[in-house]
Amino acid sequence: MARNDVALMAHLMRRAGFGAAYGELERRAAAGYEATVEDLLHPERHPTLETDILERRFTDWKEMNALEVNQAYWTYRMINTQRPLEEKIALFWHGIFCTGNSKCEHGRQIQLQIDLFREKGLGSFRDLLLGLSADPAMVFYLDNCMSHRDAINENWGRELLELFSMGVGMDGEANYSEDDVKECARAFTGWTITNAIPRYPYGRYEAGFVYNQADHDDADKTFLGETGRWNGEDVIDLIVKQPATARFVSRHLYNFFVADEPQVPAWQNTPPRDLAAIQALEAEYYRSGYDIGAMLRLLFNADFFKDARFAKVKSPAEAVIGTMRVVRDFTTPKPGLHNLAMNIRYMGQDLMNPPTVEGWHTGGEWIDSGTLVERINFAADQVGNLELPGVRDIVERVSTASDANDSSVSAVSASEVVDRCLDLLGGYELAEITREQLVEHVSRGGELTPGAADFSQRVGQTLQLIVSTQEYQFA
Amino acid sequence: MTSIKKDPVLVVLQLSGGNDALNTVVPYGDPLYADNRPSVRVPEEQVLPINDYIGLNPNMGPMKKLYDAGKVAIIQGVGYPNPNRSHFRSMDIWHTCEPDKVGTEGWLGRAIKEIDPNAENVLTGVNFGRGLPRALAMPGVPVASVGNLASYGVLTGIEDDDQRVEALDVFSRIYSPALGRGGVVDYLSQTGMDALKGADILSAAPEMYSSSVEYGSDTVGQYMRNIAQTHLAGFGTRVLYTTAPYNSFDTHAGELAAHAKLWSETSQAIGDFYDDLKEHDANDNVTLLVFTEFGRRVHDNGSGTDHGSGGMAFVIGDAVKGGLYGEYPSLAADKLLEGDLHFNNDFRSIYATLLEKWLGLDAKPLINGSFEQFDFI
Repeated sequence: MARNDVALMAHLMRRAGFGAAYGELERRAAAGYEATVEDLLHPERHPTLETDILERRFTDWKEMNALEVNQAYWTYRMINTQRPLEEKIALFWHGIFCTGNSKCEHGRQIQLQIDLFREKGLGSFRDLLLGLSADPAMVFYLDNCMSHRDAINENWGRELLELFSMGVGMDGEANYSEDDVKECARAFTGWTITNAIPRYPYGRYEAGFVYNQADHDDADKTFLGETGRWNGEDVIDLIVKQPATARFVSRHLYNFFVADEPQVPAWQNTPPRDLAAIQALEAEYYRSGYDIGAMLRLLFNADFFKDARFAKVKSPAEAVIGTMRVVRDFTTPKPGLHNLAMNIRYMGQDLMNPPTVEGWHTGGEWIDSGTLVERINFAADQVGNLELPGVRDIVERVSTASDANDSSVSAVSASEVVDRCLDLLGGYELAEITREQLVEHVSRGGELTPGAADFSQRVGQTLQLIVSTQEYQFA
Repeated sequence: MTSIKKDPVLVVLQLSGGNDALNTVVPYGDPLYADNRPSVRVPEEQVLPINDYIGLNPNMGPMKKLYDAGKVAIIQGVGYPNPNRSHFRSMDIWHTCEPDKVGTEGWLGRAIKEIDPNAENVLTGVNFGRGLPRALAMPGVPVASVGNLASYGVLTGIEDDDQRVEALDVFSRIYSPALGRGGVVDYLSQTGMDALKGADILSAAPEMYSSSVEYGSDTVGQYMRNIAQTHLAGFGTRVLYTTAPYNSFDTHAGELAAHAKLWSETSQAIGDFYDDLKEHDANDNVTLLVFTEFGRRVHDNGSGTDHGSGGMAFVIGDAVKGGLYGEYPSLAADKLLEGDLHFNNDFRSIYATLLEKWLGLDAKPLINGSFEQFDFI
């Protein structure tokens, strides 16, 4: 297997999933790049994750009301899924269609929204927006249940346009007017929930979506220049055909899957980093009938994607899950899962509880002195744990590195150890000056002989230094 | 600003979960208290009386002692208009001073930026606990978040000391900003060096410390000890922050037992902290703010109390003029706000007082507006 094919596969799996251990990368690379893209785009080819074993292990989860339980559940899914893109696309939409437990105070209700993203996230953007508009957690979070025929609440109407579909503007121009916001809100009057999301002391139970015709404003509305007795679904049909929507969705896909863009509020006045890539995605958006899967097929197979290795700072979820998938811990439920999931929060991403409806600021803004220490120490603790099957596997593979097979050379050179560790962690590349520091550090310990008492430990230390580098913080 | 030689230091202790104001500063002289609390009531004979009307929870002995010494300001009826009864949202409002929209910058993050605009000291602000409270969040402001002072640092998982020293040596060379690699990598390098520098300095604090005060083994006790250690080490830290365990004060059920334990630990930790500073003659430039995101429902639910609004806050220290501030909110049914105590002091008045009179900063831009100040300092 050519080294670069595996490294490219590592890149694909980091972006379309959460990374993979080396053995999986080799298998996938052997199956072929395009075939793997297709495989990822068809989650239904693989079984769903058996989650009933979680309920057996964690008998206290029951109704899963608490935020932390749902975070642990999602963490487990991301580590163990056989459908990596299904979980990744759910994380993608969660970062855009933000709904926070800070308001809902019902983690399970938000988990059901994540289920919606799993189910519809790779399909038609129109269907997804329609599903989102009728999602109880969202209806509650953005107050559409408080918007009435005679007294609209603009919160949902505004964010649907500003944050969820069109964006406030592009190429320096505004995409819609304040009147459009109001008309949008009017069209969605009557889209409400069966019951408020209840709290203590009555417990929590799921809310359902209900359309209340009596509370719907059925009069004429003029939205984005077109007049009619628009209801919510009509408004979505008008939204999805806008060039601004094609642009907004394309930029989000690029920002999440290809390379870090400026923060979203800057998009109105900041042109895309790669306009040609965005235009190709926009064209595919229309050609496919707003199909997200089709856009991703184009994206993953494009050179602009393949050439964008390490052009993104890992999100905390990617940092934690990516490391876990390589060291292969928590492949079955066991104590400590909650604590593991909390690391994502400590690194600055409280899943299902984004700081605002705008979501998390990404890229370099994930990093501050506190979160960087959390990242480094977390990853170093994992890869330094020689008990974990994934780490043992790496040690084994390093001990059979190429020049060790030559009977005249029994030791593995320091540079070979560093390079093999980089490959085995997922095709990482270090700045030459950093690589030299690591090689020198490994050399100082003397010869590395497979089978020697200190061999495993020194490989583990090499891994620890690699995950401490700036480069490892990038995906 | 008061005339003290050393730079003023602000310590904040956040009581997460919504502390029950009524069972903390107990209005034992009001018959409505007993009426509203048939099950979850502090017995009158146990209250530590402040006057004929109110007294402290019996588990707050050390704080009563400080109160009697004139070092505790009790701010009664604290809140803000249109109170939010969600823990998270209400805490956010306290952290960001943004009651109407969701803010991302914290009032103390902004204060730290004012104190140390060029981030010359990576330890101007230090948080004890994992994850940064939004009160301290501010772009460009490094704040160390210390889960455990004894083991805080980079690559702490490497157990062998020599190996760790070697690894950190490699780390510092890799992260050397002098390498100048551009863009986000440079930012990461600078941040890594800040973290390393902060950890290096902080890790010396426990070694430099010796004290006859023995803190409790609970989280608040240990973090207050860490705060004392950091203050005593003289790193120039001006804002220190810690949080009682996540939502621990959220006493919906079994409140009497839980609340007694919480306050016995918290009050002990505060008393120990003061004694510790005094033992080291380092008490005169420290002021402590103790707050919670909301008070709890006036009427109990049989076993505990549900989320309410108006609450209590404490400001403690040598520079503080002890006593009662604001009015105890009325328990009369027609004076309640949806069953909760009505606030009569905006929390931003406390912040304004601390920022202006204690830290000597212009409070208005830090707390998004002008608020009347107290004279507790």
